[in-house]
This record gives sequence, C-alpha cells and structure tokens, in this order.
Amino acid sequence: MLFTIGAIGVVVRRNAIVVFMCIELMLNAANLAFVTFARINGNLDGQVMAFFTMVVAACEVVVGLAIIVTIYRSRRSASVDDASLLRR
Amino acid sequence: MNLALELGKTSAPEATLFWILGPLAVLAALGMLLAKKAVHSAILMAWVMITLAIFYIAQDALFLGIVQVVVYTGAVMMLFLFILMLVGIDSTDSLTETIRGLRPIAILAALGFGGLLVSLVGRATLGHEEVGLDTANAQGNVPALAQLLFSRYVWAFEVVSALLITAALGAMVLAHNHRVTSRPTQRDLSVMRFRTGSLASAAGLPNPGVYALHNAVDVPALLPDGTPAPNSISATLEARGDVIDSRQFQLGEAEEEK
Repeated sequence: MLFTIGAIGVVVRRNAIVVFMCIELMLNAANLAFVTFARINGNLDGQVMAFFTMVVAACEVVVGLAIIVTIYRSRRSASVDDASLLRR
Repeated sequence: MNLALELGKTSAPEATLFWILGPLAVLAALGMLLAKKAVHSAILMAWVMITLAIFYIAQDALFLGIVQVVVYTGAVMMLFLFILMLVGIDSTDSLTETIRGLRPIAILAALGFGGLLVSLVGRATLGHEEVGLDTANAQGNVPALAQLLFSRYVWAFEVVSALLITAALGAMVLAHNHRVTSRPTQRDLSVMRFRTGSLASAAGLPNPGVYALHNAVDVPALLPDGTPAPNSISATLEARGDVIDSRQFQLGEAEEEK
C-alpha cells in the first residue's frame, strides 16, 4: 500500500525532491515486505536482502541528490517538467 | 484486529501495534504526497520511516530496525532536508498538469498495481504457517545476521561496499564546482569596493552596537548625535523586525544625576 502511494507520488508530483522522496517510500515498502516474509518463513534471508536494499537505497539517494543539485545549479529550477532539453 | 489474529496468527499486542501505527503510516504517506510544501513532505516521510522501524523491531528484526532509524531517518532524511534548503523550500508545484489527464490515469494505474500486489502478497502468506524467528535468532539477531552475511552473501556484501564507495565518489564529482575565472584576491576586492558604490561604505559598514548589557547583532550602533545607525544592522534582521531599540541600554536620567 505504501508502495502504491509512492508510485502515485512519483508520477504526479513535479518538485524533483518530492519525487525522490516517493521513490524512497517505495523502497521502504519493499523492505517492509522483505522483513515480514523473513519472519513468516523463519529464516533471516529476507532481512539480509532488506539490509542490502537499504544500503543500495542510501547510495542512490546520495547520487540522485547530487544530480538534482547539479541540475538546479545550471537550470535554477527544481521542477521535473523543465528538464526536457533532450526532447525535440 | 481479529482479522490479523486469525489470518496471520499474530499476537494481540502486535496486532494492536500494527493496526494503530499502520493507518498512521499510510496517512503520513498520503500527506507526503499531497502536501504543498516540500518540508512538510520531508517531515511526514521521517514519520513513516520511524513507523517502519517500529514495525521492524516488532517483527524480530532488531538490527534492521536500528539501522533504519540511523541510516534512513538520520542520514537520508537529513540529506533531503539539506538539499531542500539548498534548492529552496519555496519551490512548490503548481497544481496544473502539463500532460492532460495524467493524474486520473496515474491514480487508476497505481490502484490497479496495488491490487495486484495485495493479491500476490495474500497468496504468498495466507496458506503458510508463520514460523517466527525464534530459532533463527537463537544467538541474538546480530550474530545470526552476521553469520548469513559473511557466509552466504559475502560476494554481495563486497559488491555493495564497492557500490558505496563509487556512490560517494560520484556525488563528489557531481557536486564539484570548477571555477572559470580566477578567484579575486583581497586587493582586487578592495579596488572593486572603492570604485563602485559610495565612499562611505568603502571601508566597510559599521558594526552592531556593543553595550554593557547586550552585545548581540540585533542592536544598532549609535551615531554621534545619539540616533541609531541604519546600516549597522543586517538587512535581513530589519526586514524580519528583529531589531531591538538601543534606548533601553542607555543610562536613565535619574541614574546620571547620582
């Protein structure tokens, strides 16, 4: 359910940072599912997967935010709709 | 509450925890979606993370819960807030859409996807006996996780640490600012100050007032005729109305006569 909300958020919001936060929400929802399944099945593999997902998500936040900062510096706007230079 | 008890064999206190915190987390996520200001979204997101950490701890994932608080709520949300401050917290979205009809289609598609997910999760969990993590956690959660991490998942562990290093390097490269002109020296700055602007401020503006009872930056200095000097206070403070009147720090008439 959290995943769905995050997915809606990514498509609908236009501030790049809020879009990013919705992506994080989706990752967290997936983590929660991992942990729950780990508990149901009685082994810790799900928790290890959740741990790795957390690490990867942290990396992705770092790089993504650096990209946003760079775009903002050159384009002075944090709106996702404005970054359409690749379009004809 | 009865549903969770019968279907999943969850214990009653945990079911209560889930049904109280779960809707709160969903409400916070919805609020994060709909909030106009980005900072509100960030704070609601932090609440969702903390709720998830509580869920993890309640489900015998102690290490993961603490890591969630430390890494996600601590580092990631802090990073978000910093970048929000950098980019500008006033950059709100306009509610009109550039692609027509995007919003209803997005909501429909996401609801359909959500239904799919719910059905999948239900199929995977409803038939199974819940085993619980007591045997897996026999020596404690952290040693058990460590056993798995370093035996079966060693390769993934090393690759992920390489990824972390690469991500840090990438962020440094992206955020690097390359100067195109040379940095102005002190002499250049001084020459610029004298050539542009009035001579009165060329040597620098007056400092805020220093009095016996108060020497913070919000009291103006006094000119020789006793009136406060207007450019001894930062313009931001003046615009905010944070300036204190300097008359309250002057000696009163009665005291001077004594």
